[in-house]
Amino acid sequence: MLGSLGYSIKQAAVQVFRNRAMSLASLFSITAMMLILGLFFVLIVNVGVAMETAKMDYDTVSVYLEDSVTYAEANTMAETLRAMPEVSEAEYLDKDTALSQWKSQSWGENSYLLDTLPENPLPNSIEVKVKELSGADAVVEKVNTFNGIEKIRYYKETVEKLVKITDSLKLAMLIIMLFLVIVSIVVVSNTIKLTVFARQKEIEIMKYVGATNWFIRGPFLVEGIFIGIISAGVSVGVVALAYSKIIGMMSRDMTLMIGMPMVSVGFLSTNLVWVFLALGISIGACGSIVSMRRFLDT
Amino acid sequence: MITFEHVTKKFADNVGLEDISIKIEKGDFVFIVGPTGAGKSTFIKLMQKEIDADSGKITVNGKDITNLPNREIPKLRRSLGIVFQDFRLLPKKTVYENVAFAMEIIHTPAKQIRRQVPAVLSLVGISSKADKYPSELSQGEQQRVAIARAIVNKPTVLIADEPTGNLDPDTAWEIMRLLEQINLRGTTILMVTHAKDIVDKMGKRVVTIEKGHIVRDEFGSYGKEVNGKGMYPGGLLRKSYVR
Repeated sequence: MLGSLGYSIKQAAVQVFRNRAMSLASLFSITAMMLILGLFFVLIVNVGVAMETAKMDYDTVSVYLEDSVTYAEANTMAETLRAMPEVSEAEYLDKDTALSQWKSQSWGENSYLLDTLPENPLPNSIEVKVKELSGADAVVEKVNTFNGIEKIRYYKETVEKLVKITDSLKLAMLIIMLFLVIVSIVVVSNTIKLTVFARQKEIEIMKYVGATNWFIRGPFLVEGIFIGIISAGVSVGVVALAYSKIIGMMSRDMTLMIGMPMVSVGFLSTNLVWVFLALGISIGACGSIVSMRRFLDT
Repeated sequence: MITFEHVTKKFADNVGLEDISIKIEKGDFVFIVGPTGAGKSTFIKLMQKEIDADSGKITVNGKDITNLPNREIPKLRRSLGIVFQDFRLLPKKTVYENVAFAMEIIHTPAKQIRRQVPAVLSLVGISSKADKYPSELSQGEQQRVAIARAIVNKPTVLIADEPTGNLDPDTAWEIMRLLEQINLRGTTILMVTHAKDIVDKMGKRVVTIEKGHIVRDEFGSYGKEVNGKGMYPGGLLRKSYVR
């Protein structure tokens, strides 16, 4: 078995070299396909991370209270909300605490600017954290039955819209990927068909002498897998390089602009290596099996 | 030993073979003759399981191959060496490599290959050409290499499909003597041919196939007229024959 593996690898290397123009062509097309895929992958991974962050940040329903509501009344409300199964936390936040939090979190060293405000513009509020974003509606419904509510703020719709966009992005990527994979398999199988043609006589003799189909397939299979692995390597390299450049240029701005971190190059490329390797190997293997089918129909 | 029992194989446009029964004993030397398209190739292809019979039963070395699963086919073919009219050697391999190749692909240990290839090359009489490429050899020499390749894995049956078709008469006879020699070592030989003079002079068992039927199965000669008279009943054959 090991002997025949060695034989397959040796033969495959010879074939790739003899057929270098076509091998290069299929290498390029698989790489091109993987680069497009890589682009989507980068996009999806980042959107996914952004989504998770968003979900974490936006699981809060802020209930703004009118000033007429007393502390005791507000506490009762918070109590009622806390008793709901959808709610994980409900905290009364008076306007002074809210202001100081706002100062430190959003204004930082410029917070002295707020000191000139004639009065605190913020309302008293109850901050409700829901367990699941889908539970927000129930909270809002409940709050609407209370008196003295100024405004309710929550981000359910925004987040739901985001989820919808990510889902359709994922679907689009899947469809494009499927299409690209099929194209790649066809390209690889055509490349290998050339070597198969060149060795048709040899294959025939192998069959007559009693070589097993898998033995005959071996070198061609290795050839396909070989092309797939090289393509995967090249693609991961190019994507990682391009991504690190993009991160270098944009990451700070992005974080500032939308408050989202970008996925690190290391994380992306380790994941990409496996995805591309698996893809490259399966495309190569499928391509060679497809190209051999006609020659091995015993 | 090879047996066909009521084997029929039909093709869309003609009858390949119809209700064929024949028995070939171990160590036999059998000529299969008949006009082109009579079913000789079908006969060989059925034996090699390149095609499947529509009905009937075929056994090779006592094993029923009618319903042989695909993965067993390589094993079957290892017991059947084959030689073609056009030699079918690999042009980019030397004589030695061409023969060794047949052993490599069935996972023979390298040590055994190094021992066996020279032995078989010497048996077919081309030891001195071991390092030459097929294009540097005469036709007769190329056929010797092909025979070496066919017998190097010690098949029990050697199928020769028009092995002398491309050769001049003298060379053809050299090949026939070689085949006879191989036969004497116990290998069953099945030779498809059109060469009447060879068949007549060899005086071996001759099976004539015509339009998908065995119309004659006798020892001796190619036979002249075939109108049912010379037919061997039921495909049976004389057991012993001494030339």
